Amino acid sequence: MGQVTNIVVAGLGGQGVLKATDVLAAVALRAGYDVKKSEIKGMSQRGGSVTGDVRFGTEVLSPMVPPGEADFLVVLEPTQVDAHRYLLRPGGILLSPEMIDLDKLANKKGLNVAMLGALSVHLPMPESDWHKVLAEQFQQKFHESNLQAFTVGRQSQQKNPGS
Amino acid sequence: MKHNERMLLSGNEAIALAAWHAGVALGAGYPGTPSTEILEAFSELGGRAQWSPNEKVATEVVLGVAFGGARGLATMKHVGLNVAADPLFTAAYTGVSGGMVIVSADDPGMASSQNEQDNRRYAVAAGVPMLEPSSSQEAYDFALAAFEISERWRLPVLLRVTTRVSHSKTVVVPRDRNGPPRNPHFERDVRGRVMIPANARPAHRRLRQKLAEIEAWNETSEFNYLVPGDTSLGIITSGISFMHAREAAPHASVLKLGFTHPLPMKKIAEFVRRMKRAVVIEEGDPYLVEACRAAGLAVEGKPEMYRFGELSVARVRRILDGDTSPEPVPPPGKPPQLCDGCQYRQVFDVLRKRDCIVAGDIGCYTLGVLPPFEAMDSCVCMGASIGVGLGLRHVLPPDQARRVVSVIGDSTFVHSGITGLVEMVYNPPPHGHVLIILDNLTTAMTGHQEHPGTGRTLKHEPTGQVRFEDLARSLGVRNVHVVEPRAGSDEFERVLDACLNSGELCVIIARRPCLMIAKRLKELELTGAQTKDRR
Repeated sequence: MGQVTNIVVAGLGGQGVLKATDVLAAVALRAGYDVKKSEIKGMSQRGGSVTGDVRFGTEVLSPMVPPGEADFLVVLEPTQVDAHRYLLRPGGILLSPEMIDLDKLANKKGLNVAMLGALSVHLPMPESDWHKVLAEQFQQKFHESNLQAFTVGRQSQQKNPGS
Repeated sequence: MKHNERMLLSGNEAIALAAWHAGVALGAGYPGTPSTEILEAFSELGGRAQWSPNEKVATEVVLGVAFGGARGLATMKHVGLNVAADPLFTAAYTGVSGGMVIVSADDPGMASSQNEQDNRRYAVAAGVPMLEPSSSQEAYDFALAAFEISERWRLPVLLRVTTRVSHSKTVVVPRDRNGPPRNPHFERDVRGRVMIPANARPAHRRLRQKLAEIEAWNETSEFNYLVPGDTSLGIITSGISFMHAREAAPHASVLKLGFTHPLPMKKIAEFVRRMKRAVVIEEGDPYLVEACRAAGLAVEGKPEMYRFGELSVARVRRILDGDTSPEPVPPPGKPPQLCDGCQYRQVFDVLRKRDCIVAGDIGCYTLGVLPPFEAMDSCVCMGASIGVGLGLRHVLPPDQARRVVSVIGDSTFVHSGITGLVEMVYNPPPHGHVLIILDNLTTAMTGHQEHPGTGRTLKHEPTGQVRFEDLARSLGVRNVHVVEPRAGSDEFERVLDACLNSGELCVIIARRPCLMIAKRLKELELTGAQTKDRR
């Protein structure tokens, strides 16, 4: 197995955690990587904690990111940071929602996309691929606000590159 | 779809695509995590799919499809196969003419289930072939192959997946192959299909003969293969555990089993013989390890602590290291809860205030057990609320018996509650009973599927409707009340008190649409009205 990039997205039911991992996985697929995405559904609709794992590289085996091996932990809800910190590897990058100024988002529900924007700065896939996948994965009416949220996320990393 | 296009599909979507490519004439099932998306995706692709009242009926319908020479797919979660076990066991005797595949989606770790039973045992108990994919590509390939195997040996085939296979998205390159054209027609086969003892005795012998042939064939089938590696460690594995094991022990030799009943024991024995150390890595029950040991093979299994919950790369590493020290406990996440504004909040609030003894059931409303309500005293299986409530009423002292209520959701009531209601009428407890049907007009927990009580099909199109109040009255229940629990109204509370004090058999239907479908429901009612106008 070659180098695999491990990303965990965490938040609460209804925040678009699984949508964010769908977008991320589709972008990695488009770039030609082997990709696996794992999630636990079921009780998630009722506002409980939700996490989605995305792994990509030349060959990915287990679909789940082993604890302590996440290269990136993307958290959509401040209360969920501590509960998931153990997933990060030493030196892994935490992207937490405080990085995004919600007032700058045209659509407040676009936090998941903004966080993807922040993540995208650290990943090798070109920005144009992200734009294409965002267009594919969301309804047309959300596209403008999603692109705006994505840009806000990218800009957040230029002045505040993770922790 | 373009030929050889790489697609990112969940295991469930991959099975649906295979069913589409296999020319499945009808898919039937009952929603249940982690199986639900299979039929929804199959329907989206253009396949004919339906929700049946429960898994038993779905399996019987699909058996009829296969008796008629067409291909049929039945889908369910692991506990659903308990309900469908009755037709499964004898369908193995009758066999089929068209391909019949039953998907059992198991939930080790219980992400959303009441137990973590290992349905590989069912393949053995019923005597049906079983395939276990470990990725979406295999889910697709194995589902296609399952129909061929079913037709070749004229047996139903169990396609056993788990939560991580069903819900993980991995890369699939579809073959885009349509099944051979089928011409469903009836062929009379009384001795083969009418299982009176005189016919069933030879049928059982035929089944064992088929299984012996399949076992011999499976010794060289493509479903079981070797990943070469060091001979110092050999791993025997199946399903998602294969992925964890390869990652945890990249240098080990691995015997990957995809066709896991009947097992290719000679192939396994040959592998074990060549290894210095042979370890079985499997999730859940010790199914493979017991089969190996029964065949006299010296293999290691996993310590008992790893029987509980899912396996993972970290846990496989621990198993290989013989590490039985306590595992790290991840910090608790936020538990799920009844939605803000959910009408069931009022129901459970009222039940709690009266200190009712609540025999509960399976669905969103099971969350009534959690604070702040803590108003549920049992939850066992689909429909059990009614039988359990009646049993309590029969034996408890009168002051306690009068506080017992059964609480069941609408979809659950159709699934397995109707026979409970018949029991209530037929064997009434001395002080009566109160059955509350929480009718939110959808199967909410699994993602808002339709059911016979909604009067709409899987595709949300109008169809026949079962009306619970009419059904209860027709069975002879005199006290049937339909109420709408909502903020600012004490109607539910008043009706409940009257019922609890009546000492008679009462059914309260607490009806209000789930908040999450209110908008969709308005649109559907509008379309439904237009459809009616056109008639």
